[in-house]
Amino acid sequence: MDVLDIARWQFGITTVYHFLMVPLTIGLGVLVAVMHTMWVRTGKPEWLRMTRFWGRVYLINFVLGVATGLVQEFQFGLAWSEYSRFVGDVFGSLLAMEALLAFFLESTFLGLWIFGWGRIPKKLHLASLWAAVIGSIVSAYFIIAANSWMQHPVGVTLADDGRPRQVDFLAVLTNNTALAAFSHAIVAALMVAGALLVGIGLYQLRRRALAGRPDTDVDHTVWRRSVRLGGFVSLAAFALVALTGDWQGKLMYHQQPLKMSSAEALCETAAPAPFSIFAWGKLGSNECDDVHSYTVPALLSFLAHGDFSTAVPGVNELQAEYSAVYGATYPDDPSFGDRAGQPIDYTPVLAVTYWSFRLMIGMGAVSAGVAAYALWATRRGRVPRSRIGVYGSLLAVGAPFAANAAGWIFTEMGRQPFVVYPNPDVPVGEQVYFFTAQAVSPGVTAAEVWTSLISLGLLYGALAVVELFLLVRLVRRGVTTGDTTPTPPAVGSADRDDDDPRPGDDRADDDVLSFAY
Amino acid sequence: MDLQTLWFVAVAVLWTGFLLLEGFDFGVAALLPVLGRRRADRHLMLRTIGPVWDGNEVWLITAAGAVFAAFPGWYATWLPALYLPFVLVLLGLIVRAVAFEWRHSSHDPRWDAAWTRVITGGSVVAAAGVGAALGATTLGLPIDGDGTRVGGAFAGLSWSAALGAAAVLGYSLVHGALFLALKTDGPVRLRARAFALLWSPLAALPLLAWAGLVQLRSGTAVTGALWGVAALAVVVTWTRVRLDREGQAFAGWATVLLASAATLFGAAFPVVVPSTIDPAFDVTIAEAAVSDYTLTVMTWVAAVGLPVVLAYQVWTYWVFRRRLTAGPAHGEDPAQVTA
Ligand code: HDD
Ligand code: HEM
Ligand code: HEM
Repeated sequence: MDVLDIARWQFGITTVYHFLMVPLTIGLGVLVAVMHTMWVRTGKPEWLRMTRFWGRVYLINFVLGVATGLVQEFQFGLAWSEYSRFVGDVFGSLLAMEALLAFFLESTFLGLWIFGWGRIPKKLHLASLWAAVIGSIVSAYFIIAANSWMQHPVGVTLADDGRPRQVDFLAVLTNNTALAAFSHAIVAALMVAGALLVGIGLYQLRRRALAGRPDTDVDHTVWRRSVRLGGFVSLAAFALVALTGDWQGKLMYHQQPLKMSSAEALCETAAPAPFSIFAWGKLGSNECDDVHSYTVPALLSFLAHGDFSTAVPGVNELQAEYSAVYGATYPDDPSFGDRAGQPIDYTPVLAVTYWSFRLMIGMGAVSAGVAAYALWATRRGRVPRSRIGVYGSLLAVGAPFAANAAGWIFTEMGRQPFVVYPNPDVPVGEQVYFFTAQAVSPGVTAAEVWTSLISLGLLYGALAVVELFLLVRLVRRGVTTGDTTPTPPAVGSADRDDDDPRPGDDRADDDVLSFAY
Repeated sequence: MDLQTLWFVAVAVLWTGFLLLEGFDFGVAALLPVLGRRRADRHLMLRTIGPVWDGNEVWLITAAGAVFAAFPGWYATWLPALYLPFVLVLLGLIVRAVAFEWRHSSHDPRWDAAWTRVITGGSVVAAAGVGAALGATTLGLPIDGDGTRVGGAFAGLSWSAALGAAAVLGYSLVHGALFLALKTDGPVRLRARAFALLWSPLAALPLLAWAGLVQLRSGTAVTGALWGVAALAVVVTWTRVRLDREGQAFAGWATVLLASAATLFGAAFPVVVPSTIDPAFDVTIAEAAVSDYTLTVMTWVAAVGLPVVLAYQVWTYWVFRRRLTAGPAHGEDPAQVTA
């Protein structure tokens, strides 16, 4: 593999990994803030216990999000310096604004929330959590605005040096691609949090029921309410995900038609165009004509244009169109490295775009199905005892994570071979675009990128193991008794470990939220 | 002042703010095995930085982000030229962040001890790595006319990187000790004071040498005077530590950094990455900067955003302003214990 391929693997792996943490931070942050608000308003102990249990999960996850986000910030310069030079006039400022306006808010106020239990006034304490959560959402907005500008560059003109010059910052912020992707990603994040509440809540309810614990005490309420809240959030979010996804799909047909036609394995232009349910192709071939697919007539025309008759262009036609406009081969220029003079394939990897699109929607549907099951199984005070149902729901916690990863893989790999995709609303000669093949850092050696890919990969693997171990332990332990006191004894008990550890005293286990430094 | 100069100043302020704030949490972490003899001491030391380390780290993210935003030519030359050192910094910062969070999630003393060592190791590596990168960007990197590094993976690592690493590490160690002297009570406070008294003159040497070299190469009279202020502040700090005036010592040591950083950035201006191959290849702010339109937009955003950020960060420090002592027993009201 050359530097370009290694750098792409590195970016893909580290970003998808970062995005395992991100949707949970965003989604669970909102839900924990709601729980905390309910506690402050009603004073009911179950809300406090929910806040503290789910707050712990939130924090364990948050730190890994911070740690992996750091890599992202530096990666554009390390491995993609030509990209950074090219997009500099627009892209860097969005990253800097994200740090200034969002990351400071998140990190500072989360520190206040963690250490503020019983130390600052109750309402101020609650407000700090909301500030942190809003910080996460603002951060998502800026980074998605940056990403959407690569998908659909607006607000710029082409300068003499061949690079974009920003002329309209507001246009960059209100890019329709960004608004659609942002709303889609936020509701997708809520699906992740909803599924977690459902899966773990059902598991705990069933466990308590089998152990003969009462179904009238506060902890029963904690888990029951978690399931109900998670279930409703999941279902509502799924509806919104479909709506916003449809919006994105319609934009994409206009802005990146090859991505969508590849996702449908639609080779020839068709009117009305069918939607593919299942397709298979010749292994190793990226020729559209090697693909066979089962289809639903006319549905694709509806997804793309909102009616059942309009034509949708096929991959073969689009490939020819793009070759005619942007060249059949890469220019014979050293900035293209080994690829200089080689033919350009404007069709993204068909198998990946096709299946990641289906995985995203399919896993979302699985998650919505589980949420509906959970709401039904817990109707009017019932506790589900079905082993398959409960463990299935626990397993399905992974589904929206997979859907999120698939969504990004689709978005990012579907825009190949461009890293900055030409905007079709701009006349061809004035378009800003950039091939991925040009984007990589020229002076960096393959050995360096291998070193970082391998060391980050090993470290990320190890971190995943520890994180899962900690989360599983936390979930098994469930809520603990100390959680009924609003000011946990934990804040000061930094040195609990130096006293004799008292087995059975689960107060000592309670200080995770307060970070017993 | 034109916009490019303004943003050069802004970037300098952000890096200095990062070194000033994260400097003491790097230092506290690095001193864990030195000053934290008992586990209770180490917990106490970690509690002093617990609420603030993440906020401090965002200064690094913002500083790097501002370099990218205002001077993409600097960002795109600097990072790939020092690819491996930057990766090392990232690895250090990652393990440190997770260790802060994970170390107290088991009662096994070995678990805690292991993660505490990870905090120390990660912080030392990160501090040295950032220092190396900053040292190289003021003293020179082997770059050609396109800003591309020549000479392979290790070409960027020279004596200037080593000097920068020693400077930031040395500064942070004493800074962390002075912070502990200010924020804790009991044996840690005494040990921290003794450490600062013994090491502050020596620890300042690499920083003064680095600023002095850049001053000799391209300084002005003003930056020369600032260098003098930095050197004087070392002496002042030392006398204040001797008199047990912790607050003044901390302020003195902060002045060492502020004056040195002002010397460094002021003397380097307007070059952001000097080339060791040919001065004609130096990257200057004019070559590296984005358009005036983008700089104007960012100036407005920063003019509104930065004061707000500063206000709430100062407020957090104020909320957690109390001196801490080693642990209370179970069930005690923490507010009374830490008062
Ligand atoms: C949709 C949202 C989203 C997306 C697409 C990304 N991130 Fe992220 N990022 C977040 C949403 C987020 C967050 C929710 O704000 C995080 C997750 C956990 C956290 O602490 O904040 C975060 C953390 C985080 C941090 C650490 C912040 C801190 O120390 O507090 C950095 C430096 C980045 N991210 C940078 C990036 C970059 C450069 C990305 C592009 C490749 C990226 N993130 C993709
Ligand atoms: C601001 C946000 C983002 C930017 C600027 C960005 C930019 C990039 C760049 C420069 C590459 C390398 C070039 C390439 O191979 O296409 C890339 C690849 C990739 N990115 Fe993104 N990305 C962003 C967000 C994300 C997110 C959030 C994810 C998913 C979690 C993601 C997933 C991927 C994947 C899977 C690849 C590899 C694609 C391939 O190699 O073909 N990206 N992205
Ligand atoms: C239910 C029907 C859904 C439709 C019609 C849909 C549609 C889309 C489309 C068209 C894109 C590509 C945007 C682009 O490349 O510009 C996309 C991206 C994405 N999808 Fe979906 N999606 C659906 C469900 C889901 C679900 C259930 C999740 C996760 C829980 C999800 C998460 C994502 C993510 C994270 C991205 C990438 C970021 C973004 O562009 O927003 N989607 N989706």
